[in-house]
Amino acid sequence: MAPHIGVVLFPGTNCEHDAVEALGRLGADADLVWHGSTSLEGYDALVLPGGFAHGDYLRPGAIARFSPVMEAVAAFAAAGGPVVGICNGFQVLTEAGLLPGALQKNRGLRFVCATVAVRVERDDTALTGGVAVGTTLSIPINHFEGNYTCDTETLARLRDEDRVVLRYVDNPNGSIDDIAGVCNEGRNVVGLMPHPERAASALVGSEDGNVLLGALLRTAGAATPAA
Amino acid sequence: MAPSQQFSVQVEVLLRDGIADPQGATIERALPALGLDGVTAVRAGKSFRFDIAASDDADALAQATVVADRLLANPVIEESVVTVRPAGSPA
Repeated sequence: MAPHIGVVLFPGTNCEHDAVEALGRLGADADLVWHGSTSLEGYDALVLPGGFAHGDYLRPGAIARFSPVMEAVAAFAAAGGPVVGICNGFQVLTEAGLLPGALQKNRGLRFVCATVAVRVERDDTALTGGVAVGTTLSIPINHFEGNYTCDTETLARLRDEDRVVLRYVDNPNGSIDDIAGVCNEGRNVVGLMPHPERAASALVGSEDGNVLLGALLRTAGAATPAA
Repeated sequence: MAPSQQFSVQVEVLLRDGIADPQGATIERALPALGLDGVTAVRAGKSFRFDIAASDDADALAQATVVADRLLANPVIEESVVTVRPAGSPA
């Protein structure tokens, strides 16, 4: 049976249909979950997509983390359910305390919109399970606040516990240790700034995003995703 | 005890020491254009003002601190300073 993946929609989210489309093309049964929902029953995995939840007012993700659905997301994650936050979704997960660190404004105060090379650093997370370490993927980024930061103790712990999931080959935004994506202790919650759903077809320049989304489908319990 | 008094609150949020402050740095780099080259240590932050109904100073401060710590500042990268005064008193 196709894995049922919920794509969480906050007011101001704008990448939800890309995510549903990309996951659907890989064989998932993906649909939208309104941020007011309090039940996530029946879902095998969740994606918090990109955009500007609640207008990014105060800080990206700062208001979204108080949305009713976030309590259910936290419970889903605590039970081991796969949760992936992409771009603004990553910011929401850090604000909610489901991932460590924070995303601050890019180095040089530059909004960055570019396709970048990211290297897979771990093959045992919800988003990279079975993907060979060292694989380099060409995936777009599109953000102002993507400069990952954390204190030195947290960074040491992320390294010691092998929780840096993705690194930029050529750091575009000043992120500490070139970090593009991290995971939680259970490795089931992953946040990343690059947009794999925008690299889901050669027609739009790259289909490397399918490597990550396909791994998420496998994690969510799918058979081998369709090519 | 029922809240009986209005308090005015100001919360100032700044990036923690050691966290890069590109806005502050950019402002500082612009200052020589004004002919002011002795201005240093520029830091950019946010200021919030709101009113709270509370039973006393300590209660108002406790409530305002919850607002500051749980919403207005991200403790990973920011710190906040909370100031509380009775509504209507001089700032």
